[in-house]
Amino acid sequence: MTASKSERLLNLVIMLLVARNYVTKERIREVIEGYHGSEDEAFEKMFERDKAELRALGIPLELGYVDKFFEDEQGYRIARDAFELPDLDLEPDEVAVLGLAARVWQHAGLASATSHALVKLRAAGHDVDRDALDVLQPRVEADEPAFDAMWAMTISRTPVRFDYRRPSDPEPTLRHLEPWGVVTSRERWYVVGLDKDRGEPRMFRLSRIEGTVAADGRAGSFEVPPGTDVRALTSALAPARPSTEATVLARHGSAVLMRRRAIEVTPGVEGPDRDTAWDRLRVTMYSRDELAGDVLSHLGDVVAVEPAELAALVADRLASLSGAGR
Amino acid sequence: MSGASTRDQLARLLALAPYLQRRGEVPLKEVAADFGVTSDQMLKDLRVLYMCGLPGFGPAELIDINVEALEDDPDGLVRIDNADFLARPLRLGSNEASALIVALRALLDSSPVASRDVVERTLAKLEAATEAGGATPLVDVRIPEQGLAEQATRGMIERGISANRQLRISYLVPSRDETTDRVVDPIALLTRDGKSYLDAWCHLAEDRRLFRLDRIVGSEVLESARAVPDLEPRDLAEGLFEAGPDDLVARLRLSREMRWFAEYYPVLTTCETDDGGLEVTLSVGDEQWLVRLAMRFGHGLTVLEPAALGEQVRAVARSALRLQQATS
Repeated sequence: MTASKSERLLNLVIMLLVARNYVTKERIREVIEGYHGSEDEAFEKMFERDKAELRALGIPLELGYVDKFFEDEQGYRIARDAFELPDLDLEPDEVAVLGLAARVWQHAGLASATSHALVKLRAAGHDVDRDALDVLQPRVEADEPAFDAMWAMTISRTPVRFDYRRPSDPEPTLRHLEPWGVVTSRERWYVVGLDKDRGEPRMFRLSRIEGTVAADGRAGSFEVPPGTDVRALTSALAPARPSTEATVLARHGSAVLMRRRAIEVTPGVEGPDRDTAWDRLRVTMYSRDELAGDVLSHLGDVVAVEPAELAALVADRLASLSGAGR
Repeated sequence: MSGASTRDQLARLLALAPYLQRRGEVPLKEVAADFGVTSDQMLKDLRVLYMCGLPGFGPAELIDINVEALEDDPDGLVRIDNADFLARPLRLGSNEASALIVALRALLDSSPVASRDVVERTLAKLEAATEAGGATPLVDVRIPEQGLAEQATRGMIERGISANRQLRISYLVPSRDETTDRVVDPIALLTRDGKSYLDAWCHLAEDRRLFRLDRIVGSEVLESARAVPDLEPRDLAEGLFEAGPDDLVARLRLSREMRWFAEYYPVLTTCETDDGGLEVTLSVGDEQWLVRLAMRFGHGLTVLEPAALGEQVRAVARSALRLQQATS
């Protein structure tokens, strides 16, 4: 029955926590009632599973010699300072912030991890009230199928391999990575780490990973280079978006979206026709190609003025769209 | 019960003993709520805890809880005694600490300057107390700057939903290049591929519509109650974009450079072409949208079907070219 298993595990934790010295497996078997009456082999199996269960919960089991002068008999204990949550010395407003943080994750697994953390903080005497503050809150979502595995592998420092496909590739390729960090950039999740095929840091978009993320080595088998700043690395690896300014003319009342993004709008200027009034918009240009596309998508309600290269690009593309080249 | 539920129960028990010792007497229902379980489950947990204690397991060694009284009176107060060997909860696991730290960083990014200080203090204390802290944050989130306006909209929508009120929104429709004011009955907030949407009944369209949050340029909660209540939130598993009855299916040819299109737009089918590009089909509710799309990406995107659209694109391009040439 499960009740007896939880009971056996909790009694084991208490026994090892209060013990002054390492406790031998024989002594554990004798004392903990749940182990009574099992055959040797069954006990060994049960005990191994129980140890794994405790470690999965993050309970630090130490193995050591019962008598340090005669290194013959090994036993177990739990060091209290490695087991207990240290005093966080939180002020009431800090506790309220933790309550807010618990509502940020819109991802089932991580939302439950934060709830478990809050249960522990409540148990340490902090009155975490989830509804304490009514302020604007960010939401963090993670829908990418590869997210869970990559998060777990990053935290346990496990090398990984996965099939990765950029939109320009017809076939995915197998990549090998030491994941240093999982990061967002421009609302998408990426993993940053050492690309072992190329021997240098790279970032991969999680939504482009196909199939499963598999362990490619043991947990804890690599170190993140000291001083690595994952956030700075992300900015360095992300393609840069230098911007310049451009000028376009828009028919009065049109180009709603461009106007919202414009740096400056001058109404009532001279336009290419007199069917309507025209306004001049000064806008930020990240890429000439992208802005030309914006201009074209307005179906003649917007024309490009400056820089000259932009106006030329728009004219070229209109010429080819109008059938000149077909 | 599965192994995971034993583990969950053990995790609760380890927190329950210090929790009850800190709080003194707490109503059973409140304990259950704080641990996120039912009162029945909490009573089961307490029964297990009551069977545990120091080696020896005599009455003097066992944890003492008023389980019998609680079985008769589920509204009663929980009392614990003789559990001082479990005085503090277990450390945060690295998964728990990381999840909390990332959430705090997200809060920090989106906090107004005045409240950044308290978030920073909390983060520092939490990082100091956990292994996951230290110099190298393993997981990092960035809340984009323009997200703040979107959050204000989100707050407005949440208030509308919880108070059962209608909203007035100004919505930008790029395919028609206009902003429209409309009254909607909010149903739910949805997220897909990093974009947030309002699922609502639109009284202008007299139909259910999805609105992209970043295109809602103004919003207010009205005094009037929702007129079309009890609409079920849509099932995200089926995808956000259902084809409407009037939709046409367009067939597009994409060049090699335009392959990314299939990743960003909800295409119905995809097949490879000989020159390394793709041919896709797409459900289109608004022909005008498709004309704008073809104009924007004309150099790498060709509309194969409907064929009449090709002629329309050429005509639009010819007149736009005259205007562009008249611009000095």
